[in-house]
Amino acid sequence: MITMTKDMMEIVREQDVVPFRNRVKELATKIGMSLVNQTKLITAASELVRNMLKYANGGRVTLEIISKNGQTGIRLTFTDEGPGIPDIQQAMQDGFSTGKSLGLGLPGTRRLVNEFDIKSKVGQGTAVTVTHWKNGR
Amino acid sequence: MDTNSTARLLLKKKQDILVNWMQNQLLDDTLRDDLLSNEELNKQSEEFLDGLLKATSDGNFENIYTPEFEQTLDVLGDISITRARQGFSPRETNLYVLSLKQALTDVLEQEHQNDPRLLYQEVVLINKLLDSLSLATFETYLKGREEVILRQTDEINEISTPVIRVWDGILALPIIGTLDSSRTQIVMENLLQEIVNTGSSIAILDISGVPAVDSLVAQHLIKTVSATRLMGAECIISGIRAEIAQTIVHLGIDLSNIRTKATLASALQIAFEMLNLQVRKTGQAGNTKLLR
Amino acid sequence: MDRIPILKMGPFLLVTIQVDLYDRLALNLENDLITMVSKTGARGVLIDISAVTIVDSFMGRILGNIASMSRIMDAETVVVGMQPAVAITLVELGLTLQGVHTALNVERGMDLLYQKTDILLHQDEEEEEAPEQDPE
Repeated sequence: MITMTKDMMEIVREQDVVPFRNRVKELATKIGMSLVNQTKLITAASELVRNMLKYANGGRVTLEIISKNGQTGIRLTFTDEGPGIPDIQQAMQDGFSTGKSLGLGLPGTRRLVNEFDIKSKVGQGTAVTVTHWKNGR
Repeated sequence: MDTNSTARLLLKKKQDILVNWMQNQLLDDTLRDDLLSNEELNKQSEEFLDGLLKATSDGNFENIYTPEFEQTLDVLGDISITRARQGFSPRETNLYVLSLKQALTDVLEQEHQNDPRLLYQEVVLINKLLDSLSLATFETYLKGREEVILRQTDEINEISTPVIRVWDGILALPIIGTLDSSRTQIVMENLLQEIVNTGSSIAILDISGVPAVDSLVAQHLIKTVSATRLMGAECIISGIRAEIAQTIVHLGIDLSNIRTKATLASALQIAFEMLNLQVRKTGQAGNTKLLR
Repeated sequence: MDRIPILKMGPFLLVTIQVDLYDRLALNLENDLITMVSKTGARGVLIDISAVTIVDSFMGRILGNIASMSRIMDAETVVVGMQPAVAITLVELGLTLQGVHTALNVERGMDLLYQKTDILLHQDEEEEEAPEQDPE
């Protein structure tokens, strides 16, 4: 796998969300991702950024254009230094939420993107990596 | 052994090598002059040889993944991808590079007849270089073929999901073959886009051509219906055969929120009703007219 | 603070969202709309999201909330003009907006509101438009 471009954004306030979404859209348009796949990726990014703001008061996102086996895609890594998730398996279940949301955030996000990876340590923080390929496969 | 002097020698003998190489290629049984003209081949070969001799001019015959070889590999990649698309076989594609081996060693043999030790070392060197180039050719050739397959898969998916406008405000989409997740995506995209384009408020999804409905397929169908509803249109599923109804019930799949009909005709009828349309026979036999 | 304008059209309220929503804006909209419904006694709310390219679970929830809250105050909610890409994404996310009515465009949305609220369309047309039925 090769990283073609790499960029980083700090998300600390709600106002950072819109510029961040626009940046993701820019990258997705650049590699020629179809509208439906763009929408899926940006929606997933939106969910993850909200989680980061809500549970960890913000964090960092790394945005990369990557290439693997002739496929181009976008990889986003969300890193925060929040409280962490005690039970990832539970958090990945539909309908589970500690806040007052619908509990679709994490499991829904996983369905929207091609690759999803989550690592979390209680008291240290959470890192979520999502990858979406240009053609959505 | 001084690889630099070998490089210089080859550079000096470039014209001989090219003539020799072209001869090898033209004499070979597998030459595809139907796919590629000889002038074209000559031009291609000259460009490639130029790049290769420039790349080796520093005496590097070992590692082709250095910046000097970039251009050569690009040219080679282009050639093998084009050939893959044009329908050359892997053997025919690879022979392009392998026939150069003979041409190069012939020149070396003429020059170093009296020094078998040197000649041997040089031939080994050339062999190594061209073997790595031949591997690179094969890799790109396969990539080219894979692209062809991917493109064809996309095309097949595209053709196999036609959206038909059966009446003003009514769309029909016959699904033929298995409904997997990537196909569902295409079905949804085409259907929803067509709903927007035509302003249709009813879509009929006909699954008579779907061989089997398991819980996964059912889930895809439910997704499509939900997406249609989100857009503000209604979705009817038709073409449910007896055995499909049986499996659906045995698997415990809940389709109670979805309008289902046995045949496309009855789905169309209910669509007419929803749009307050009526099909009626007029006086003459076999002549039906639609009234609002 | 940014706000999305709410228009009153006869017995209904009309909102056209022209920008991509962020959370604060969506929450304001929910507040403003519900306040307007109770102030005007509106019978229906029509939300046009044809220009919205992203609806995530939070905004989906806001739309659902608006519908449920309005219903308690006897007003129906119709969301119109959802983009195909948005619809596909919402379904994939697992959000089907139960309880929210949908329509293809503003015109159909209006028809649906009249139908749901039992306000007779022709009465309204006699007041504002030519009494002939529409050419469609």
